[in-house]
Amino acid sequence: MSQPFYVSPEQVMKDRADYARKGIARGRSLVALECVDGIVLVAENPSRTLYKTSEIYDRIAFAAVGKYNEFQMLKIAGVRLADLKGFQYSREDVSARGLANAYAQTLGQVFTHEMKPYEVEILVAEVGRTHADDQLFHILYDGVMMDEEGFTVLGGQAEAIAEILRRDYSETLEVGEAVRLGARVLAPEGQEPLAADALEVGFLERALPERAFRRLKGDDLVALLAG
Amino acid sequence: MTEPFLPLFSSGLDPGPSFSELLRRVDPTQLPRVDISSPGHGAAPFPITHGTTVVAIRYGGGVVMAGDRRATAGYTIANRWIEKVFRADDHSGVAIAGAAGPAVEMVRLFQVQLEHYEKVEGERLSFEGKANQLSQMVRANLPAAMQGFVVVPLFAGFDERRDRGRVFSFDATGGRYEERDYQTNGSGGIHAKNWIKSLWREGLTAGEAVDIGIRSLFAAADEDVATGGPDLVRRIFPTVAVIDTDGFRMLDDADIEARATVLLGGPERGGDEA
Repeated sequence: MSQPFYVSPEQVMKDRADYARKGIARGRSLVALECVDGIVLVAENPSRTLYKTSEIYDRIAFAAVGKYNEFQMLKIAGVRLADLKGFQYSREDVSARGLANAYAQTLGQVFTHEMKPYEVEILVAEVGRTHADDQLFHILYDGVMMDEEGFTVLGGQAEAIAEILRRDYSETLEVGEAVRLGARVLAPEGQEPLAADALEVGFLERALPERAFRRLKGDDLVALLAG
Repeated sequence: MTEPFLPLFSSGLDPGPSFSELLRRVDPTQLPRVDISSPGHGAAPFPITHGTTVVAIRYGGGVVMAGDRRATAGYTIANRWIEKVFRADDHSGVAIAGAAGPAVEMVRLFQVQLEHYEKVEGERLSFEGKANQLSQMVRANLPAAMQGFVVVPLFAGFDERRDRGRVFSFDATGGRYEERDYQTNGSGGIHAKNWIKSLWREGLTAGEAVDIGIRSLFAAADEDVATGGPDLVRRIFPTVAVIDTDGFRMLDDADIEARATVLLGGPERGGDEA
């Protein structure tokens, strides 16, 4: 019987990380921006039905880039976790931090123990009653979790887009300004901002009393983009 | 529950968009049920808190749901301020009559069930689909109903696809019946229903339907000890919800009190023949 080849753990992890990163880089990017009116999630997505942003719970939204079937399954798992917790305890006890932890644990577990890592990057966003209470948790394919301030970018071109946002983002943006900024930074450099039919926009609206998530689309989105 | 990990299922065990199926997989002890293995029939060995009279009335633009505020346990008033009309989702509501404990628990599960379906599937259940879900929950309660813990809700709301108000009633076996115009439930339901019957017509306004609903509950309280009448000392009045194309909203207390006070000048004043 032949011995299996020895492969160092470093090499295994590096191969898996390269694999996941390549998968994610193939997809298009997504930005999340905290603004005066709430949190805006802007994604480049020509599809009208295969969403990258979703409602999880009252004030919590989910956004992801990468492989659709994988993040769709993770989204549903998040809805399940949140609804279970809200039913077993109370609606107030469901938090973005708890959910983000569960995502990080699950992604980390799969990355280390399964043959194939998830090719996804995830955002869990929670809109607060005031801007200071907004939360953005960014979770990578290997379970690494980051608590972001103000804005975050998911996807292959994240670093280049973040560079522009570091210059142009301000927390005093209103919802329309945030959507226009998102449409501009997602477009390739030097080109026109993305138009409504190439965008998916999710909005956690601070002023809504209970379920804060809604989609900005159709004529509303066209009007917002026109300023 | 397996926190901090996400609840993931292999394909054969996936609960789909149903929250109660999910609960059954993850934590079945949380499912509302009254599990009495004693052989007794027909009555619990202690007084059960009962909610009493609720009504649902279709009008031109939607439906009105209303309930009195009394809960009884045997001959005792268990609660003077209980609420029996609940928001189910944006465009529907549930009004409960029967054993208050299991009824409130059923409403809580039903609310999560509707929201959960919407979030998992990305679209809302049809109005009929919601009524069927509630019917299944009532049916699941049948063993408890045999022990005296009967829960019989009314389900009503605005059907956005058909553009009109709809009313469903249920019996203890989960039987689900669509009503044409109105329905009542609970111990004073028969009196409330007679009152509504004498005043209902096609094309009522929301305000007229609200007044009929409030008056029908006063009429029920006049004849039925388990139905709470207007309590002018403590300022307790029925709870009333209006559901139309704009969605579900509870009327605020001041509005109901103002209406009730006007209505109290009506026929009951001179009609104390009994």
